[in-house]
Amino acid sequence: MTANGHVLAAHDLAVSYSPRRSGPLVLDGVSFDIRRGEKFVFLGPSGCGKSTLLKTVAGFLRPVRGSLLLNDQPIKGPGPDRAVVFQEFDQLLPWRTVLGNVSYSLQVTGKARGTDAVKRALDFIELVGLRQATHHFPHQLSGGMKQRTAIARALSLEPDILLMDEPFGSLDQLTRSRMQEELETLWRKTGVTILFVTHSIQEAIVLGQRVMVLGQRPARIVGTLDTSDIDGREHPGFGAVYAQLRDLLLAGHGDSQSAAIN
Amino acid sequence: METANLPQSTDVLTRVEPALEAEFQEESPTGATPERQGRGLPTFVRRLIVVAVILVLWQMYVTTMHVSPLLFTAPSAVWNALVLGLISGEIAAATGETLKLLLLGMAIGSCAALILSALAVSNRIGEDVLATLSSMLNPLPSIAILPLAMLWFGLTDRALIFVIAQAVVWPLAINVSMGFRTVPPTIKMVAATLGLRGIRMVTDILLPAALPHIISGLKTSWAFGWRTIIAAELVFGVAGGAGGLGWFINLSRYFLRIPDVFAGLVVIAIIGMAIEALFSLLQWRTVDRWGMRSA
Repeated sequence: MTANGHVLAAHDLAVSYSPRRSGPLVLDGVSFDIRRGEKFVFLGPSGCGKSTLLKTVAGFLRPVRGSLLLNDQPIKGPGPDRAVVFQEFDQLLPWRTVLGNVSYSLQVTGKARGTDAVKRALDFIELVGLRQATHHFPHQLSGGMKQRTAIARALSLEPDILLMDEPFGSLDQLTRSRMQEELETLWRKTGVTILFVTHSIQEAIVLGQRVMVLGQRPARIVGTLDTSDIDGREHPGFGAVYAQLRDLLLAGHGDSQSAAIN
Repeated sequence: METANLPQSTDVLTRVEPALEAEFQEESPTGATPERQGRGLPTFVRRLIVVAVILVLWQMYVTTMHVSPLLFTAPSAVWNALVLGLISGEIAAATGETLKLLLLGMAIGSCAALILSALAVSNRIGEDVLATLSSMLNPLPSIAILPLAMLWFGLTDRALIFVIAQAVVWPLAINVSMGFRTVPPTIKMVAATLGLRGIRMVTDILLPAALPHIISGLKTSWAFGWRTIIAAELVFGVAGGAGGLGWFINLSRYFLRIPDVFAGLVVIAIIGMAIEALFSLLQWRTVDRWGMRSA
């Protein structure tokens, strides 16, 4: 953590998919910083580059330009300090149980050994409410349970920042709402810094303390809003913030994208 | 399986159906489908009944049609030949020899397949080499290479082992490289996040992820190998003293011991079924238990 409490600092980032890094830019001139313990959201329609930005923070892509610092150190590649929860259910190892998935992560990253790893894994499995599924294989779990396992696995690594790439996108609406509430509870209990990517305005407002809206490719930041007061749809300020975010999205993407915005 | 205890009280909205569904996904190694389980006899018994009926019809055919014993033997005579052959140790020795050659050929073929697959997955040239070689050599019946193998390796075991290896390597390499290629990218990204690289990436992630394809490849290559060794022994004769099941059958025909010919065939069939059952068991305990797609 830096002196002014920033876990992640990005300045003038430009990212391209092309291996020679001279191809078309997906992101151009993106700057932001994330404070310790904050819930920060990237919001934008599908395909705008927000997952690309998350993957760059995760270390899967190298920026073509600009700097990206985690606790003042440049990011060199993927690592457990930036644990990721993906949208896809097949992020869990199917040949290991829930307990196996979490304890293996602890062991292979060297964070814990043997029975100690099992004990810590059980703690986190308990934390996400999966005690009764401890010895089940991923294929026996529902979508929500799979995502909770992935979250337990990521949290157990005690990352500097927890990266979440539309983790609830494959879930039905009811489960999704429930998972949003549970994530809030987990955040309160662990105080982990979260970087969350979504295309849902509602999810961004409810989950995020600060929401950064990304524009069309090559994406730039269209605006950032503070939504930390607003904890749910019932809050009086929800409607206004929703409208503001929607306007920012429309501004960044024009009419062609308006259908993709909910 | 206690999946019915799910879900947690904190998650009333968890979908229970997938968990319950899983109860019905556990098939027995004999492949009994769950809907039919419990209704009537178990699979094993039903199939035995089919075998019994075949044996009865066979016996009836031979006795009522007065078939020449030089052409067709009654089940009773085959049974006698089988028992005598086992007691004398002749069949056991022949079986052992065949299995030994098969295992050696499979071991060599598997090593070659693993190397080819690793190369195919790691670079373009390797991919091209494997694709081209396998498309040329996989359709080639390995038995056709036997004359060549005999020229190269002489009238020794090595010629047979070479032919087996050629039968085994291509289906296995194709399946294993496919298995490596179809590992979900998400899992590879998760592995990268955990800092996995090199050998550990292969043993901890790639091999288990590719297991459905690996088992499928082993089943296919075993089947090719088995058929090839029997055929090769028929053609080749004896290499250095001991002969396998194919040789036993051919020798029995030469001496007009027709019941022994049938007995040899029965042994071949039984071994084939036993090994396939072993593969099914392996699949059931690993790939099926983990709910991974069968290749």
